[in-house]
This record gives sequence, C-alpha cells and structure tokens, in this order.
Amino acid sequence: METLEQTKARAEAAVPGAQLSVVKNDSPSAQHSLLVDVEHAYAVAKFLRDDPQLRLDYCSNVTGVDFLDAELSEKVKVKKVVDGVEKEVEEVKKTKRAGYLEAVYHLYSMSLKHGPVILRQRTPGRADLVKVTSLTPLWRSCEFQEREVFDLYGVLFDGHPDLRRILMWDGFKDYPMRKDYVEPDDYEYEPTPHDEVLEKAKAHQAAQEVKA
Amino acid sequence: MDDGLRNELSKQGVVVVKLEELYNWGRKNSVWPLSFGLACCAIEMMAASMARYDLARFGAEVFRPSPRQADLMIVAGTVTKKMAPQVVRLYNQMPEPKYVIAMGACAISGGPFKQGYNVLKGIDRYIPVDVHIPGCPPRPEALIHAFMTLQRKIDAQKVFGPDRAHYFDASKPSEFPVPLFGEHDLVPPKNPNVWEPAVVVR
Repeated sequence: METLEQTKARAEAAVPGAQLSVVKNDSPSAQHSLLVDVEHAYAVAKFLRDDPQLRLDYCSNVTGVDFLDAELSEKVKVKKVVDGVEKEVEEVKKTKRAGYLEAVYHLYSMSLKHGPVILRQRTPGRADLVKVTSLTPLWRSCEFQEREVFDLYGVLFDGHPDLRRILMWDGFKDYPMRKDYVEPDDYEYEPTPHDEVLEKAKAHQAAQEVKA
Repeated sequence: MDDGLRNELSKQGVVVVKLEELYNWGRKNSVWPLSFGLACCAIEMMAASMARYDLARFGAEVFRPSPRQADLMIVAGTVTKKMAPQVVRLYNQMPEPKYVIAMGACAISGGPFKQGYNVLKGIDRYIPVDVHIPGCPPRPEALIHAFMTLQRKIDAQKVFGPDRAHYFDASKPSEFPVPLFGEHDLVPPKNPNVWEPAVVVR
C-alpha cells in the first residue's frame, strides 16, 4: 500500500481545492492520519473509496475526539547574549490553541485487503452544534456511528439521513463525552470513595450542609 | 396446637398445618420469575435455569414473558437511565404479591459503571428490592442462594393479624412513580419514599 503522503498527493490532484494535511502520530503505533477540510471531505472520501489503488470500501469505525482550549508549550533554542558571550539558550514558547472537535474515520479495503487509512474532519470550534460533512452516503456503516458522535460530542453531520440521538434519550441536553461535561450531582451515597469520587462526594456533602 | 401433638398425628398419617403455612408453602415453591435480562448477569440467570443448576428444583423454572403472570422480577444486569423507566413500569404491571431480586453489582449499585453518565446507581432507588446479590456477575449458586433467601422471606410472611404482609394492606403502595426523562438526568433522580442514602459513619 502506498504511503499516506502519496495518498494525500493523489487526493489533492483528484479533488481540486481540497486542503489535506497529514497528522503525525509519534507513538510506536505510528498511525498517521489524513486531516481533510470539511468542505471537500465528501469528495476526498469518495476518491478514497472509488480509487482503484485504494478501494477503501469499508468504514470500520467512526469516533469523536474533544480537544479543549489549550496552552501549548514548545522548547525553542534561541541565541542570546549572556554576560557578553553569545550562547544558545532554551526558551519555552507558549502558544494558545482554540479547542475543536474531531470526527475520525477508520477506513479499510475488503477487496484489496489493506488499511486502515485514518481520515479526520475538524470543526472550527467547540461551540454547540458544529458542523462536519456526513460520510454516510458513501459508507452505510457510518450511519449509527455518526449518530453516536452526534449524541455524545454534539457534532452535527451535514447530509446525514437521520441525525437523532442514539444512546441518550431525546430531550437530553448535554453531550456526555465532552471533556467539560458536568454530570448530575448524585454522590449522596459513596461508601468507599477515593480520588475524584472522594472530591465529588465531599462537594456533595458540603452542598447538602449549606442547604440544611 | 403444640408440636408434640402434631408430631404424634403425623406419625398416624394425619398432617395438620395452619392455613398460613400451606399458603406460604405453595407460594414459595411456585415463584415465577419475569423473563427479562439487561446484561451479562442474564447469562448467569439463564445458566441457573438450565439443566446443570436447575432452578426447577426450587419451583422457579417457569419464566413468564408477561409481567401479569410473574411473581418475581430478577433485575439481571446494568440498568441504564434510559432503561430505568421501563423497568419500573414492568414492576408496576406485576400483580401483588411481587418480589424483586437485584442481581449483580450493577443492579445493586451501578457497579463498575457507577461513575458513568448513563447508569442508574442501583434499581433500589425506584423500586423496593427484597434480595441484593453482589458479584460481577454472581455465579448461578449465588442466584440460587438469593432464591432460597427469598423463599425464607416468603415463608415468614404473615397472612393474618396486625403484622401481616404489606400486600394485604390497601394503603401500602404496590405501584411506584415512573421516572421521566429530564434534560440532564432522570426526574426525579430517586424516589425518597423507597430509597434513602445510608448514613456512612467515618
């Protein structure tokens, strides 16, 4: 199978205007992924599915990822004059990154027996009801999994035939897999609390005492 | 009648019992469970009803698919918040006298999913539970033990007198409010008439 860079180059050639980039994975698994812009996601995905060299005819998994607003720190070597001598000093450079949500697709080819190619779509922000493009028209197996991502992360899929909650009930307002999800306070009975649960149980106790 | 006379009579082939004993004896040996399972505990429940563990020895092999015909609800598995109203509704549809066994860590407390967003922290928050079985999942022997515990409980219930069983008392509730789906949680999150958090002394 060709490398992800080759796939990217061919997809860019096939879909004019598509902005693709390779997201590196530095862990030993080295599963690098292809980030595609929301506008051209459908065309790029169609290319990946129909291209005779790739033929990624099976979408095995769709999932969401939540990235909070974060401050990234990077070590940069800077030349500085210290005590009259020029030296190389390490400085920590801090940059702020706005949070975003991602929908991640794992694509395999059943006919050519290769994969996975990992495709990501990124939303511009974390505000409610942020849109990406649904790939359900290309792979039927995305239907329920995109509903699940919608249910738990609040990502809207444009072009999905039946976008409803799937695990939680209709009328539920929260998105429980988001990192800033606040769960209902039902820590009234914790016989053996520890760590996070201990803190929550203590907070619950304090709130009860204020009420009383 | 004292036990000595009863003993003597039984030697002569005359069996004398109280109506209450006969009534409870019949009831405890024909407890029909409602056939429904929620998660992996249900597999153990099925195993308990099959040939190897043979729940039929205790008169409980007749799993009924309708709550109208069932005496016992075995809550076998994780009760999600989406499922909880249905479980309470099924309980309400069962005729009195009815009993509940909460089987496994999830049904009694939420178990490994206790801190999850979608798991009820024990079915005893909405309906009264007669026997709790810990375990994840409990072995069929544990379910049989719960069964025998329940049989002992049924056997001890009074039919006559002021301390007779609750289901003879029309003022005692036999149905419990079904929780509604709220915006963030079930409404109400628990039924305070059924469940109060135990006071933990530290």
